[in-house]
Amino acid sequence: MADAKNSTVNKAYISFVSEISPRTNERRSLFNAFAVGGFICVIGQFLRYILQFMFSLEGDELAGAVSMILIFLSAFLTGIGVYDRIGKYAGGGSIVPITGFANSVVAPAMEFKSEGFVYGLAAKMFIIAGPIIVFGVVSSVAVGLIYYIAGLF
Amino acid sequence: MGKHTIWFHSRPSIVSTYSVAGKKEGDGPIGSVFDRILSDDYFGEKTFEKAECKMLSTAIENVIKKSGYDKSDIDALISGDLLNQIVSASFAARDFNIPYIGIYNACSTVTEGLALGATIVDGGYMSDVVVATGSHFSTAERQYRYPLEFGSVRPPQSQWTVTGSGAAIISSRGDGPSITAATFGKVVDYGVSDANNMGAAMAPAAMDTLITHFTETGRTPDYYDLIVTGDLGALGSRILKHIISQNGYDISEKHVDCGEVIYNIDEEEYQGGSGAGCSTIVFCSYIYGKLKKRELNKVLFLATGALLSTVTTQQGETIPCISHAVAVEND
Amino acid sequence: MDTTTEIILMFVKAFIVGGIICSIAQLLINYTKITPGKILVYFLLAGVFLQAVGVYRYLVDFAGAGATVPISGFGYLLAKGAIEGAKKGLFGALTGGIVSAAAGITAAILFGYIFALIFKPKSKRN
Repeated sequence: MADAKNSTVNKAYISFVSEISPRTNERRSLFNAFAVGGFICVIGQFLRYILQFMFSLEGDELAGAVSMILIFLSAFLTGIGVYDRIGKYAGGGSIVPITGFANSVVAPAMEFKSEGFVYGLAAKMFIIAGPIIVFGVVSSVAVGLIYYIAGLF
Repeated sequence: MGKHTIWFHSRPSIVSTYSVAGKKEGDGPIGSVFDRILSDDYFGEKTFEKAECKMLSTAIENVIKKSGYDKSDIDALISGDLLNQIVSASFAARDFNIPYIGIYNACSTVTEGLALGATIVDGGYMSDVVVATGSHFSTAERQYRYPLEFGSVRPPQSQWTVTGSGAAIISSRGDGPSITAATFGKVVDYGVSDANNMGAAMAPAAMDTLITHFTETGRTPDYYDLIVTGDLGALGSRILKHIISQNGYDISEKHVDCGEVIYNIDEEEYQGGSGAGCSTIVFCSYIYGKLKKRELNKVLFLATGALLSTVTTQQGETIPCISHAVAVEND
Repeated sequence: MDTTTEIILMFVKAFIVGGIICSIAQLLINYTKITPGKILVYFLLAGVFLQAVGVYRYLVDFAGAGATVPISGFGYLLAKGAIEGAKKGLFGALTGGIVSAAAGITAAILFGYIFALIFKPKSKRN
């Protein structure tokens, strides 16, 4: 059947399948993503004000502290089995915020705990989030080097 | 006799069946007919993998008990599941002192097992064999998709792996509906590569086996009271009915899909059940029950399987699929 | 404009900008079947790039958490740190990004570890 993949019958089949397959409800999914994503950012903004006015943090410290609290909340919600429920409903709205990053670290850590603490929990913690760290480091070094070399002239 | 179809002249019978189902399956439209419904998907074990294995052991042990046979009467255990290296089946077999034949054809493992079992019994090599398969949503999810607590979106064309195990005893003696013929399927690949759209990937395999079966046996869809497909889901069933009608067969009046009847489906969310447990528990409870009560007399049961792995999906391969059919009839 | 109005306005801006960024991700999910892991990477890289060309900080000034909470804000932090580090020398250019993103990474690993010790995954019913 190797050559069958390219035959016209199968092309017709694939296009028939994509025609008949259900699509994600456009408006509802966009609205949910917008509302939940926006809401998570509002919580972030709220934390910013609290930390700014009550603990007089500012700059990078403020941004770092806000991220840490959001990550804590997301890790907790993941632990008690709530974040995946939000994710089912919100889609991109709960994946893109920093809380989604935290969820992508905590979820596999919990899942693979049954394979041990070293090769399970700790090693597989990064099966989804690993690329973020890798690309984050590589791209930030690239940006740093470009700015460094540009600064030499 | 055709090339792919075997007739079983001694008519080996299915003397008893047993089904274990998860909670979600228990709440579904046919939840009341399962022999046992779990109150917790961990089934009292520490991991979901252990729970899957225990479901299989439970099904095997109880199907033997239910048949009135003794464990020592059973000549072989034919079993398989979805996990890598079919560990659940093999680990379950560890507890039984019975020769074990491990098989894998993804979700079509149950009809593969029934066909093999009937072949062995009909050939006179063994007189009583147990066929058992199962799957667990939470172990399959981790193996094929994402960790359970990861907030990913399930696309609407996807299916839900059934938590459940079923077992059946095929015997050369005793009463029960008999397996009269089996058609072994070929691997069919129409080029679907979306691992979330199993129904679309598997429908051509089901069609291929159905057409082979009809051609080689000379039967038509009208011969059967019911044509039961494994786990095409709502979308895959629609596709099957459409593409087989283009080949001159109308099965729409006779067709039922296990993946479609096991859950209350909201098609905006998912298309129904899948997994090695899906067709097994539907057949071992609902369909077998109807055959026993003679509400159904001639059933063609063909489970469908997608023979992919996460590696092949990541490497962008299309999904090869298979379907084996067994004809189960009352005398 | 008094402080209260300013604060309320800031919440509105954070909501709208954050919402729009997430909606873009949802559009990608709906139309391209990109997996969540890749979405995170693309948005991170977009943040790095936009800050490298000096644009993202305007969005941060405008929308506050609406721009910093999405993962693109994490990319912004990385690029910002690298650029600042580059002013101090080659070593700073190499380490600046991770230094400024240290809080997020530490929190994710630490809390990830702790909560994974405490909790067990639960099966889903829908």
